[in-house]
Amino acid sequence: MLTWALDVASVLLAVSLLLAGWRLLRGPDVVDRVLALDTLYVNAAALLVMYGIRLGAGWYYEAALVIAMLGFLSTLAFAKFLLRGDLAE
Amino acid sequence: MSGGVVLEAIVAFLIVAGSVFALLGSLGLARFPDFYMRLHGPSKATTLGIGCLLAAALLHFAQRGTLSFHEVLFGMFVALTTPVSAHLLARAARHRGLRDLRNTDPEARSGDREPRPPGGVQ
Repeated sequence: MLTWALDVASVLLAVSLLLAGWRLLRGPDVVDRVLALDTLYVNAAALLVMYGIRLGAGWYYEAALVIAMLGFLSTLAFAKFLLRGDLAE
Repeated sequence: MSGGVVLEAIVAFLIVAGSVFALLGSLGLARFPDFYMRLHGPSKATTLGIGCLLAAALLHFAQRGTLSFHEVLFGMFVALTTPVSAHLLARAARHRGLRDLRNTDPEARSGDREPRPPGGVQ
């Protein structure tokens, strides 16, 4: 049952990554692309958590946390850049 | 022994539910017609999805005897940072002058009641 659930979750998360990637390519505005990149980060972290359950390993947690933190900081930097036109003034 | 089976069923349900919520968030991002609507999918549904997946990981590793609260910490981090990034992106969109599809702009609503043309959406 757990293996079946992990297979289903792999397919669903891959489709959600593809949808976010499609929005990243399509736009139409740069804010849409930043939002799609943020969704990609969170979905990649979710995929890593799922993979960690599948492997039964604990190392996945650090990788997912690094991805989530870098994604949050880069989204913050992008939003700040779009608001001010500069990162540090 | 049956408790282990029930716990495994709960873990499997949480995994499927979390990935379905993540898929719904990305579907909202891909299919909603307007940026301010698109912001809803990733900021709410995806957060719930990763929360479900982290709860599944917590229960799974608790069953295997390696209980840790890393997952709780990670879930709190995601739940705290997602609204901040969504708020900043909405502010950036307002700053760039992105228009919404419906007449949901409070400044426009307080003024004239004229609906916006549906073609003038980014």
